[in-house]
Amino acid sequence: MEHKRLTLFAGHYGSGKTNIAVNYALHLAKTGKPVCIADLDIVNPYFRTKDSAKELEAAGVTLVSPQFANSNVDLPALPAEAYRLVQDKSTYGIMDIGGDDRGAYALGRYVPAILEENDYRMVFVANCFRPLTPTAEDALEIMREIEAACGLKFTHIVNNSNLGTLTTPQDVLDSVKFTEDLCRISGLPLWMHTAERSVAATLTELPNVFSLQLQEKYFDLPMN
Amino acid sequence: MAQKVLMKGNEAIAEAAIRAGCRHYFGYPITPQTEIAAYMAKKMPKIGGVFLQAESEIASINMVYGAAAAGVRVMTSSSSPGISLKSEGLSYIAGSDVPALVVNVQRGGPGLGGIQPSQSDYFQATKGGGHGDYRMIVLAPASVQEMASLTMKGFDLADKYLMTSMILADGTIGQMMEPISFEDAEVNTYEKPWALTGTNCQRKHNVVNSLYLKADELEAKNIERYERYAIVEENEPMWEEYMMEDAEYCVVAYGIASRVAKNAVVAARAEGIKVGLIRPITLWPFPKKALLAAADKVKSFVCVELSMGQMIEDVRLYTECKKPVSLCSRCGGMIPSPEEVLEAIRKAQKGEN
Repeated sequence: MEHKRLTLFAGHYGSGKTNIAVNYALHLAKTGKPVCIADLDIVNPYFRTKDSAKELEAAGVTLVSPQFANSNVDLPALPAEAYRLVQDKSTYGIMDIGGDDRGAYALGRYVPAILEENDYRMVFVANCFRPLTPTAEDALEIMREIEAACGLKFTHIVNNSNLGTLTTPQDVLDSVKFTEDLCRISGLPLWMHTAERSVAATLTELPNVFSLQLQEKYFDLPMN
Repeated sequence: MAQKVLMKGNEAIAEAAIRAGCRHYFGYPITPQTEIAAYMAKKMPKIGGVFLQAESEIASINMVYGAAAAGVRVMTSSSSPGISLKSEGLSYIAGSDVPALVVNVQRGGPGLGGIQPSQSDYFQATKGGGHGDYRMIVLAPASVQEMASLTMKGFDLADKYLMTSMILADGTIGQMMEPISFEDAEVNTYEKPWALTGTNCQRKHNVVNSLYLKADELEAKNIERYERYAIVEENEPMWEEYMMEDAEYCVVAYGIASRVAKNAVVAARAEGIKVGLIRPITLWPFPKKALLAAADKVKSFVCVELSMGQMIEDVRLYTECKKPVSLCSRCGGMIPSPEEVLEAIRKAQKGEN
C-alpha cells in the first residue's frame, strides 16, 4: 500500500470514517514512521476517535482531538494543535472529518496548506447500506456537497459497506456493484474495500480488502 | 424495503415517521437528537412534506398543535431542556384532545445539564411536566429497530386515543447504529371528523380548544378524558420478560439501561443466580400487572436507571411494596456498566438491598 503524507477521511455521517481512520493510523504506525491523527469532527457528540485513545497511545500514534470531545459540553471548537498535521511534514497525518457537508466545513481552513504541499489522499468513505446513500447517485450527491463545503476534491473511494455486527461476506460482495458504479460516475479510483476482521478473513476472492478492528462497544447483546 | 439498512437511532425515528404518513415536522436543533431534524430536512422536500425549523421550541410545539388540529400526522423532536420548553404546548395539546408525536432523546439534567445520555425525564414524561390533569402515552425503545417500530406505533396510538405519544429515548440509542428493517410496517388511518379542514359551507364549523368557560363543563371533559385513559391503561401496556420463568430476582429496566442489564442477567445466570428482567416498553401505561405478578414470585427487585431513581417509585407502587426494591443507577450522562449491575444482582441475592 502506497502512503501519502496526509490522508483525509470524509463522507456521509455514520459511513465508518472514524473506525477506518483509527485502523489506518495503527497500520501506518507499524511502518515505524511517526503518525498523528486528528479528530476534526464538529458534528458528532458521541462515538469518536478519542474512544480509541488507549490503543492509539499504545501504538505510538499522537491523537489531536477537540478539548471538549466526549465531554458534557457541546462546543464544536477545533484545537490549534490540529495545524500541526499540515505543518509538520516529518509526520504522517490522518484527519477524521465530521459527516456530510456540515462536518466538512471544518476542513476548509487547512485546505490552502494541503493543496500547496500536494501530498494527500482525500478519501470518500461509502456505505450503500446507509439509508440516504443506497445508490451511487445518492453517494455522489453527498460527495459533491462535501467538496463544495471544504473546497477540496476527493481523490479516492473506500467501500466500507456494512451492516454493523450483522455484516456477512455476501453483503460486502453485494456492494461491489455499487462501488464500481460510484467509481465510474465520479471518475475516481477505488482505494480499498474495508471489512471487520472476521468478515475480511473470509473475503479471499475479493482483492484489496483492508481488515478493520472495530472500536469497542459498551454492550454486545443483540436485542432480539 | 425488506432488506436491512444500517441506521442511527435518530434516523430510524425520522424514516419511520415518514413511513407512518407524517409529512409535517416542526423542530429546533438540540444535541443529541439533531439527526432527526437533519434527516427530515433532507427528505421532506423530496416527498412533498413540510420541514420547518422554528425560532424556538415553544414555537415548534405550537406549530405541532396547529397541524394536529388540522388532522394531519405531525411530530416534533427535542432533548430534555427543549422538552421543558415544549411542556406548555403539550398541556394545551392534551387539553384539546388532538393527536401528536413528540420525541425526547434524553440528556443529563437538570438545567442545561450536559449532552451525554440520561433517563432522568421519566417523571416529566409519565407524571406530567405541563400543567393540569393529563397523560401522554410514553414509549421507551431499547434498540434502533424499536426506535422505528415504536415511532410507527406511537402515531397509531395517538390517532386512536387522541393523545400525544412520546418516544422517550436517550442519547445512546439516538446516536448508536444498528442494522434494521422496515418490513413489518403497517399503517392504519383514522377518520378525523373533528379536524379543522374547512367547512366548505357544508357543515357546522369545528372548534379545537382547551378553554372551558364553565367549571362543570371542564370537569366533565376531564372525567371523559380519564375514561379514555382507563381504556389505554387496560389495553396498551407493553413489556418484555427475559428469563423470568424460574427467576428468584427481577431486574427492572427500560431503554438503554435494559440493554446493559440484559448483559448482567446473562452473566449472573452463568454464576448460578436465578435472575430475570422485566423491561417496560410503555412507561405510561405502566405494565402494572406484570410487576405485580412478579412480586408474588421473586424475592426482590433491582431497578436499573440512568437517573437518581425515578421509575423505582412506580416499581414500588405497582408491586405494592411486597418485596424489597434496590436501585442501581448512574446519572449526569454516565451509564452503569454490566459489572455494576451484576454486583447489584449479587447483593440482591445476599439480601443486602
